[in-house]
Amino acid sequence: MKFSIQINEGPYQHQASDTAYQFTKAALDNGHEIFRVFFYHDGVNNGTRLTTPPQDDRNIVTRWSDLAAEHELDLVLCVAAAQRRGIVDEGEMERNGKDANNIAPGFRISGLGQLIEAGIQADRLVVFGD
Amino acid sequence: MAQIKKFLYVNRKAPYGTIYAWESLEVVLIGAAFDQDVMLAFVDDGVYQIVKGADTKGIEMKNFSPTYSALGDYDVKKIYVEKESLEKRGLTVDDLLDLKWEDEDDDWAERDSIHIVSSAEMAAIMDDAEVVLSF
Repeated sequence: MKFSIQINEGPYQHQASDTAYQFTKAALDNGHEIFRVFFYHDGVNNGTRLTTPPQDDRNIVTRWSDLAAEHELDLVLCVAAAQRRGIVDEGEMERNGKDANNIAPGFRISGLGQLIEAGIQADRLVVFGD
Repeated sequence: MAQIKKFLYVNRKAPYGTIYAWESLEVVLIGAAFDQDVMLAFVDDGVYQIVKGADTKGIEMKNFSPTYSALGDYDVKKIYVEKESLEKRGLTVDDLLDLKWEDEDDDWAERDSIHIVSSAEMAAIMDDAEVVLSF
């Protein structure tokens, strides 16, 4: 089956991203396809490489980056949600005159159309959040 | 993109206090460009999103209430509001925005977008939808 995943909550505060990660991993391990993982609302905070959790805790951000590298996952942060919350890639940094960027490897920033397309293309869109 | 799916946006939260309602509306507006079969559902505190007379001056937030009235122009004409959610909050259809769409097949006659449905009917609508986005 072809899945799309939507994550609506940030890391650590809420379990949504953890559960979505476990679901995505299990789906891939069982031979399913993940069309796209779309991060919305505070979910965009899963895509900053500046996250530094204590060493004895899971690193939610690098875990997504690693899974993306291993399975060529498409991890998309909503641009409008990301701009509000200070998640920036090189293009956004230049466009908005910011002095830094913080996007984590394997993530990209794009529009909400990517979420709609994910709903159209996948057999199931699974939403993780409150 | 020829494929048309039944999209259902489920709005469950109050309009202010969290950003879910506004960012849900942003998805609906962007999604309108994709020519899908769109339905909106309002349940629980989500029904407050379409109560008329919203005034946000005191909390210094943008009042996005007028945006709901524009949904008809975006071809969003199926809006389902759960009856039980209204009743629990002491609301009736008269407390809601008068949301309309214009029927081009009938000389642009104005039609009501809002349909009050029971929770059982809402369950059937959710069951029938192919893509459910809940906010």
